[in-house]
Amino acid sequence: MKSFEYTITDEVGIHARPAGLLVKEVKKYDSVINVTKDGKSAEAKKLMALMGLGVKQGDTVTVSVEGGDEEAVAAKIEEFFKNNL
Amino acid sequence: MDKKAGKKIFNGIAIGKIKFYSKKENPVSRVKVEDTDAEIARYEAAKDEAVKQLEQLYEKALVEVGEANAEIFNVHIMMLDDDDFNESVLNIISVQKVNAEYALAATGDNFAEMFANMEDEYFKARSADIRDITERVLSILCGNSESTDIGEEPVIIAAEDLAPSETVQMDKDKLLAFVTRLGSSNSHTAILARTMGIPALAGVEIDPSWDGKIGIVDGYEGICIVEPTMPVLEEYFKKKSADDEQKKLLQTLKGKENITKSGQKINLYANIGNPNDLMTVMENDAGGIGLFRSEFLYLESETYPTEEEQFQAYKKVVETMGGKKVIIRTLDIGADKQANYFGLDKEENPALGYRAIRICLTRPEVFRTQLRALFRASAYGNLAIMYPMIISVDEVRSIKEISKEVRSELAAEGVQIGDVEEGIMIETPAAAVMSDELAKLVDFFSIGTNDLTQYTLAIDRQNAKLDDFYDAHHPAVLRLIETVIKNAHKAGIWAGICGELGADTTLTKTFLKMGIDELSVSPGCILPVRKAVREAE
Repeated sequence: MKSFEYTITDEVGIHARPAGLLVKEVKKYDSVINVTKDGKSAEAKKLMALMGLGVKQGDTVTVSVEGGDEEAVAAKIEEFFKNNL
Repeated sequence: MDKKAGKKIFNGIAIGKIKFYSKKENPVSRVKVEDTDAEIARYEAAKDEAVKQLEQLYEKALVEVGEANAEIFNVHIMMLDDDDFNESVLNIISVQKVNAEYALAATGDNFAEMFANMEDEYFKARSADIRDITERVLSILCGNSESTDIGEEPVIIAAEDLAPSETVQMDKDKLLAFVTRLGSSNSHTAILARTMGIPALAGVEIDPSWDGKIGIVDGYEGICIVEPTMPVLEEYFKKKSADDEQKKLLQTLKGKENITKSGQKINLYANIGNPNDLMTVMENDAGGIGLFRSEFLYLESETYPTEEEQFQAYKKVVETMGGKKVIIRTLDIGADKQANYFGLDKEENPALGYRAIRICLTRPEVFRTQLRALFRASAYGNLAIMYPMIISVDEVRSIKEISKEVRSELAAEGVQIGDVEEGIMIETPAAAVMSDELAKLVDFFSIGTNDLTQYTLAIDRQNAKLDDFYDAHHPAVLRLIETVIKNAHKAGIWAGICGELGADTTLTKTFLKMGIDELSVSPGCILPVRKAVREAE
């Protein structure tokens, strides 16, 4: 398993639009990708669960990638967070 | 006549017939089914149809209200595609052996509740999106075609709540205003109302009996009037035509430079007293904030506001304004602005009394807290500090000493500080007369014409008996203004006006001739003054 931490800079946090984009992004890969905040975890390809985490600006989330080409996928996802969140 | 207050969502004035809009209910009953596979197929088909509708809505919204607002329909499509949501529906159908409508309604309720229980306002407001997509699929399942036909006449829409899909489908030419009981300023309906530029109120105690009656929506005051009396109606017709005029100005003058025919350019900034006014500052296209009265922090509080509270408030303002200049005036309490915890004595002549910088210099701990907060916030934008009620060079020297100490204190703590201009208000005749000396010590002057006029003419503006003696354009005041501008330029600094006189368009030419660099006026006056500048030679 490969994981990284990221602190959200987007003003409204993981809101509908970037959450939707994230879902689209992770659906491209076979790996299981989870986003965890304060012990609560959501699978990144599930929009409502992701929004249900209520991640706000300044919150730090842990993103884990498991299976498949996890190194490369994690790098791609980390890049996505930097660009969109 | 019935008058109801509500939360202001978007400003403007609307007068017209009220249409009470109610959703077609999709009553759902729980029905046992044998063939669960057929129910699942019905659900899938209805969902596909809903996605098709949403794709069309997206295209329509894209043209009418732009990509940012249209995006909501893409989000709805993705919500309908959510694994958890769909699994829940399918699970209820197959386990409970019930109809698709019931399974969907139950799922929608659960998910909407999950969002409604979240702490953050943004996420809370998303429960409306869940209800919206649920209702859409339900309508298809029940065979109800969506109807958002609002008739031929332009109307004020009164409703419990409006889903984004409903507002987008309504004919824009026939919409005068939105008045809802529910909904927040974070809702998509609110955002759409802003984009469409029509007045909107939420939190209003609406009543179905209003349907067909004449109503007024005043988005500035946050009130809604049903069956107004003739005098009220006439008053509002006047207000509305003034408002329309202003909006027309806005359209033609937005984004234009404040430049005279011969090429003289000035800055036009806004005066505000609360961060809530930032929206109107942006709407009226101000180039910056020329006077941000910091008193609200003190007057709205039961005790001295902390450094952190102040820092957050200032940071928010400079961040919202992007790189535009924000001139924050330090505490100007005393005289007519009192906060009990300051424990100020009653005075015989409060206008000539213990106020503003005089409090700051005798209570340096209060002053330092504010300065620390201001300098800390300066790292987040273009912040300038302005000191009020100055009468002498010595005062300015003391202020600069304190300000320097505060800066080095912060630097020692490793706190980042931006480039901060420090200027003074010229609002006493003493400061105007001494402006040549004062100009050597500061970065700018801002002339406070209200106090300057009152002190120069020795006339209390609150006293109606003195109206005959009062002349807002008194040559003594104009001469002082001219002197101040001249002395500023001699020392190589800029001079502006932040008092009411700055918004007096009969004087704009005079000020331009004097070489004024900046006028700071209430947000609603920006565009009329811009017009006067552009018409000047």
